[in-house]
Amino acid sequence: MQAFTYANPKTLKEALASLAGSWDEAAVLAGGTDLLSLMKQDVYAPKKVVNIKGLKELKGMERTGDGGFRIGAAVTIDELMKNRLLGEEFPALRAAAQGITSPQMRNMGTVGGDLCQRPRCWYYRNGFGLLATGTDGKSLVPSGENEFHAILGHGNKAFFVSASSFGPALVAYGAKLKIASASGVREVNAEDFFRVPASATEREVDLKPNEILTEIVLPVSRGSQSATYEVRQKEAFDWPLVTASVMVKLSGGNVSEARIALGHVAPTPWRSKEAEQAITGKAITEASVESAATAAVAAASPLSQNAYKVQLAKVALKRALLAAKG
Amino acid sequence: MAEYAWPKMSERSLIGKRISRLDGAQKAGGRAKYGSDQNPQRLLYAAILTSPHARAKLTSIDLSAAKSSPGVTAVIAVEEVGKEVQWEGTILAAVAAETELQARDAVRKIRVEYQVLPHVVKDDDVAKAGNNAKPAGEQVQGDPDAAKSSAAFTSQGFYGLPVLTHCCLEPHGQTVQWSGNEITVWSSTQAVSNYAGDLGAQLEVPATSIKVHQDHIGGGFGSKFQSDQWGAFCARLSKESGGRPVKFFHDRNIELMIAGNRPSHYAKVTVGADASGKITLWESESWSSGGIGGGNIPPIPYVFTKIPNQRKNHNAISTNNGGQRAWRAPNHPQASYLTCCAMDDLAAKMGKDPLELFLTNCELTTREDAYRRQLNKAAKHIDWTSKWKGRGKSRQGYLAKGLGIGVNTWGGAGHESTATARIHPDGTVEIECGTQDLGTGTRTIMTQVAADTLGLPMEGIRLKIGDNAYPASGGSGGSTTVGGVSSSTRIAATDALNLLFEKVAPSLDNAAPGDLEAKNGRVYVKGNPSKGMSWAEACKKLGVAPIEVQGRNNPRNPRGLNTGGVAGVQMAEVTVDMETGVVVLDKIVAVQDIGLVVNPKTAESQVYGAMIMNVCGSLYEERVVDQITGRMLNADMEFYKLAGAPDIGEMICELEVDEENDSRGIIGLGEPPTVGGLAAIGNAVANAIGVRVPMVPLTPRRVLDALNGRNS
Ligand SMILES: Cc1cc2nc3c(=O)[nH]c(=O)nc-3n(C[C@H](O)[C@H](O)[C@H](O)COP(=O)(O)OP(=O)(O)OC[C@H]3O[C@@H](n4cnc5c(N)ncnc54)[C@H](O)[C@@H]3O)c2cc1C
Repeated sequence: MQAFTYANPKTLKEALASLAGSWDEAAVLAGGTDLLSLMKQDVYAPKKVVNIKGLKELKGMERTGDGGFRIGAAVTIDELMKNRLLGEEFPALRAAAQGITSPQMRNMGTVGGDLCQRPRCWYYRNGFGLLATGTDGKSLVPSGENEFHAILGHGNKAFFVSASSFGPALVAYGAKLKIASASGVREVNAEDFFRVPASATEREVDLKPNEILTEIVLPVSRGSQSATYEVRQKEAFDWPLVTASVMVKLSGGNVSEARIALGHVAPTPWRSKEAEQAITGKAITEASVESAATAAVAAASPLSQNAYKVQLAKVALKRALLAAKG
Repeated sequence: MAEYAWPKMSERSLIGKRISRLDGAQKAGGRAKYGSDQNPQRLLYAAILTSPHARAKLTSIDLSAAKSSPGVTAVIAVEEVGKEVQWEGTILAAVAAETELQARDAVRKIRVEYQVLPHVVKDDDVAKAGNNAKPAGEQVQGDPDAAKSSAAFTSQGFYGLPVLTHCCLEPHGQTVQWSGNEITVWSSTQAVSNYAGDLGAQLEVPATSIKVHQDHIGGGFGSKFQSDQWGAFCARLSKESGGRPVKFFHDRNIELMIAGNRPSHYAKVTVGADASGKITLWESESWSSGGIGGGNIPPIPYVFTKIPNQRKNHNAISTNNGGQRAWRAPNHPQASYLTCCAMDDLAAKMGKDPLELFLTNCELTTREDAYRRQLNKAAKHIDWTSKWKGRGKSRQGYLAKGLGIGVNTWGGAGHESTATARIHPDGTVEIECGTQDLGTGTRTIMTQVAADTLGLPMEGIRLKIGDNAYPASGGSGGSTTVGGVSSSTRIAATDALNLLFEKVAPSLDNAAPGDLEAKNGRVYVKGNPSKGMSWAEACKKLGVAPIEVQGRNNPRNPRGLNTGGVAGVQMAEVTVDMETGVVVLDKIVAVQDIGLVVNPKTAESQVYGAMIMNVCGSLYEERVVDQITGRMLNADMEFYKLAGAPDIGEMICELEVDEENDSRGIIGLGEPPTVGGLAAIGNAVANAIGVRVPMVPLTPRRVLDALNGRNS
């Protein structure tokens, strides 16, 4: 880790003022569970670190005026997991939190940090850059060790998978994220927040160096059923191999609306409109979830070592849909 | 001659009792001090520069900027220009500075140029190894060709185990002070008594000027016998920093890259049997790698060594990776896996219950009765007869269950050990021994032996170990410690007690010293406790001089106190999610023979720890290296996966404690239970899913690839 200056602002405004125009200048520090490991491994060396964990504006979870739910970005994973109301109304999100099976991570890690965490691609973490490039400028992933990499949406350039477990759940719920900068607040759909970087200097989220994610707003969940299913090898702390988060509305026993997102299969949470289409208008049965799952991975293009993830994606989606049906 | 034999089972006050570890509360409470907890005054911190290349020639190294970096007190080149680096993580230079951060900053300023050379880091395909493969020469026994053509059944399979790292919780390293002519080391070593000689040879100073101290060690598993490069440069940095102490411990990533690993083993095996299932043929083409030095020949066929017809070929493959070190029962877990999986596949081919096949072939082992008895016991524990169904036949929905078997054998006789027993006139007793407690309970069992011998409670003994000022005792490897230190302690304590009896006897109506005994804190005439005195009164008879005697365990003549040779069987039950390939270990059983058990509680905890390592090795652990970059990609504890508490399943350990085993004397137990579990779990998965997953760890990827006929 390289030396840095530390800012501990008291207000959001102060925090925003201490950020800078480039990622090298300043970094936001929440729980630090990801940021500090990147700094210790010399993958990232910001000159300044701005602590936002104590900011009141980023705290709290409460119902919004229209019956939705607001979650402050600095709420810890543990706080989210233990919020009863949220758990009852947004089980797909609670399940995602429960899946982060290390109590230490849940106590320190924040919701905002989970959404903004950098990929766990082992080439990136070993210093080969976000796009894992070798000396020839090409990605090392396709002919390298890619068992945990993307099977969808990699466009032959970015092969890492989005690490966030909350991402797919928020996409399934159609959540919105509020992002503040010194010049004001903007709102983005969870789905649009994640993106595939075109170069190694870009981020995989729609965030500028001088911005702070302040809160997550979930729309009303009444009338919907939802679930997350994660395939993970270990029960103790481990990364999921694939996750699926689904939100469906049923009318007369048939799906009238569905939002489906897969995790750990693509550089972003992977919204599958194909699967949504396949299940819409149908009852949730073994047969219909099978065809939705098949549709979800129809475009999959696995790498040399991760064909198994295509099957995992299907299984996760099927089980999530069946769980949502209850 | 004095009588050293262990007291009869019924006459032991502390030996054989379930006594909790003496340092347990200290460790659990965080009060135990390890080498890395030592912070002597004016401490400096060392950091290292390592090679990012798996193979490269050093063409220049410029330390000047590091030397003038703030806080730096010394910089040392560990490798010279011209050196050809052979693995990633090779240490090139070391820096000492006032703070850890300053040391790391200075390391970043070292300028190195390399001529990068081609490397080989993969070992899974012998065909691709080219010149890096060194054949060991064919070994033939009996007539394998004839056996093959006459066999009623043959089965062929490929089985493999990748390189694992030791992943000790406490990384390798030490705190060292080289001040004047004296070097003090707070070590993390498995060999306290040998350390000074080893370090002295590196530094060209006499061992007598090196003091080594170690209260605790956070795991070694065979990887911590040497003082290592880091012991030497840390000492040199201290000397060059005017004798200030320097602390160096590896970062986790370098620890996993260079501080030892268990070599890989792969084999294509053919086994043949007659119609009754008796194995007549073993043929194997194996290869292994533990780094640049190649890999070891696995002892296969394992345990079933008397298979009459054998043909074996082996290749040692050298790769550009950090080198292997002994890993808890070197080569045995791998050999057991290769052998027991091949036998399990043969049973499947014959449509036979593998338990029967193993039982049928016990006569091919050197401990026929023991294995037969243990197979039957383990089968009972796991409810084999009612649960076992043929391969792939116990699927319900997407879950499938399976059972599997693995076996082990080990030596474990006591090593060379000396111990001093000192009885003071005030009744206090000291035992001193230059051994180390690896976390196995050495402190506890030595105290039990001494206290039992002297008829005192545990508190009556002040045990002093972990310092090379004490009488020399062997390194803790090969499961030799418990036999060695218990025997030296027993001999020393017995001799000391006999001397005490000589002093006391005149006050007991001139009883013969040989007629006295010490029990329950009293010294008295045998069988007549009232004719005697308390321990404290007895010791007063010493006048001013304590009794001080040394006892020695001589491995060539252990006087029946310890011996070697054990057998063991493990069985596992798993549940596999057939759709996700996730394997859950439901239950693992170990039946292990062992000699005299000094402390069943610490002995069982060795077995539990070993079974957990089996779970890790069979399901999770694997070093992942990248051929293009030559780098280890999972040098962390996130993707170098280890089991956590919820992953372990139910564990059952039966130690075969009985008069007959007891009469053999003490036998070490640290290693054998790490053997057999891999095979048991691998075979259980094959039984569950209906096909063999050739390679461990049995990850969802490998399980699904095997089910789908993909080669992973
Ligand atoms: C062993 C292990 C297992 C794990 N398993 C899982 C898992 O299963 N699923 C999962 O989702 N995660 C998992 N995690 C990751 C963990 O959830 C994240 O590290 C954590 O959520 C990050 O939160 P933090 O507050 O500590 O973020 P920090 O480390 O403080 O920050 C992470 C990144 O986000 C930025 N950031 C943080 N907050 C904001 C904000 N409000 N506005 C703008 N930028 C911000 C920081 O600048 C930094 O780049 C695991 C981690 C480990 C080590």
